[in-house]
Amino acid sequence: MFDLRELYQELILEHCKRPRHFCLLAGANCKVEGYNPLCGDQLTLYLDLDHEWVRDISFQGSGCAISTASASMLTESVQGKTRAEAEALFERFHHLVTGKSPATAEDPALGDLVVFAGVAEFPMRVKCATLAWHALRAALRGEGDMVSTE
Amino acid sequence: MSIASAVHTPGSRPGRPRAFDVEKIRQDFPILHRTIRGKPLVYLDNAATSQKPQVVLETLHHYYTAENANIHRGVHFLSQQSTQAYEEARSKVARFVHAADEREIIFVRGTTEGINLVAHSYGRKHVQAGDEVIISTMEHHSNIVPWQLLCEEQGAILRVVPINDAGEFLLEEYAELLNPRTKFVAVTHVSNALGTINPVRQIIAMAHHWGVPVLIDGAQAVPHLQVDVQALDCDFYAFSGHKLYGPTGIGVLYGKTALLEAMPPYQGGGDMIRSVTFEKTTYNALPYKFEAGTPHIAGGIGLGAALDYVQAIGLDTIRTYEHTLLGYATAAFAVLPGVRIIGTAQEKASVISFVRDGVHPHDIGTILDLEGIAIRTGHHCAQPVMARFGVPATARVSLAFYNTREEIDALVQALHTVQEVFG
Repeated sequence: MFDLRELYQELILEHCKRPRHFCLLAGANCKVEGYNPLCGDQLTLYLDLDHEWVRDISFQGSGCAISTASASMLTESVQGKTRAEAEALFERFHHLVTGKSPATAEDPALGDLVVFAGVAEFPMRVKCATLAWHALRAALRGEGDMVSTE
Repeated sequence: MSIASAVHTPGSRPGRPRAFDVEKIRQDFPILHRTIRGKPLVYLDNAATSQKPQVVLETLHHYYTAENANIHRGVHFLSQQSTQAYEEARSKVARFVHAADEREIIFVRGTTEGINLVAHSYGRKHVQAGDEVIISTMEHHSNIVPWQLLCEEQGAILRVVPINDAGEFLLEEYAELLNPRTKFVAVTHVSNALGTINPVRQIIAMAHHWGVPVLIDGAQAVPHLQVDVQALDCDFYAFSGHKLYGPTGIGVLYGKTALLEAMPPYQGGGDMIRSVTFEKTTYNALPYKFEAGTPHIAGGIGLGAALDYVQAIGLDTIRTYEHTLLGYATAAFAVLPGVRIIGTAQEKASVISFVRDGVHPHDIGTILDLEGIAIRTGHHCAQPVMARFGVPATARVSLAFYNTREEIDALVQALHTVQEVFG
């Protein structure tokens, strides 16, 4: 049987209580909003992007533990990465939480993000886990101000 | 037949509360015996949809295995039989809501379609530029958006009756909103997000004082309350079968004959016509004028079986039992740390919407789900209600007459687990 601690891992709860980079970003040159109409989760990603790098990133908003922790850990994961690396991480993370191969809980590229592996057991929560990531991808692709997981 | 368990014991007299044995009732609902993730199902999402008793399932099965044919069309035996069964179901609905005439009962897909029918057909004809339509803050989106669309199309204005901190409809503010430009009022009987039971009789009388017709959204009321459309004097009353222990995809719009007669058709097609030429089509009589195309025949017949089942138990018996269960749950919630109930009206149906400090409703929903407990989390298709109470979402427990105190205990236990996880 699935244990709830496999979903609500300590690291997730910890990021939920003390989200990182949870602020406005002074030097941001890009802002993307993410909204999940099903839950009412909403967040704003602020990015300082150049043609190659995600130089800095932060977020604000309100949501469930999964979406808040996911956004918090996203900011840690992609800060200082190249755009291509961030895009690739989106794919791996998406595969992880939707239970698709090739991403697995052992994928070294995911680092701490593997704590979200349990989400794959809860299809209704995939949107929570990926909300910030969809916003990130929209920012990387220069898409409009608003991004939704719908 | 499984319905037998719902019928009161011999010797009980009319007017006295019937014996209510919840364990026996539960035997009538096959799904209540399944497990979820290895735990017994605790189904507390009845305001979203109710479970179906065996007798409804058997009726559907019997219809498709023994009676299936299209209605109102054939001279053959089966067509006559299915037509008769479908029309009997209509009579049952008419009796259930105490309609004056079964021609006032229009089968639709659900409450949403019933409201859209009225907004399209009555609304477009009678609501013009500068006119006003009144709804309330606590409406489900299905009783907001059709009126918004109508107002947008016609250049009319949507007026919204506010609610107080308990989630109660404010009659004085409503009185202020009624005026000669008011052309329609649409209000819910019972709030899906708060459980509030509205004083609809008074709401209707106040509108009628201005000559304004009223639609009542009865989706959340019919499973819990005796509804008498003539006593209420409502002009339209819409509800869904699936919240009333019947199938999905079937619902009812009640309308007063005189209003329905004067309304143009909603959809064109077969069955709603009397004669068709390319020059002119004449429409069928009520209720068929509003029932274009082959309807959900099995659904209508299944709904009829559900009404029989519910009436064998008795809505007064159901209300008394559910009210006791609501009181038990409310008392248990009152001592849960950090939990706040949203919707504390004096008159309430068996709904508890709540939030808990520091935990998003979706996380509560998931932790409860791991215990086999099904509740609804989110905005409940009532975003203006969420905005009114300043919350993005709530967790909602909605009870039916097959729920038990033991299930409430399991819920409370699981909410302690939420506390353990989130501290």
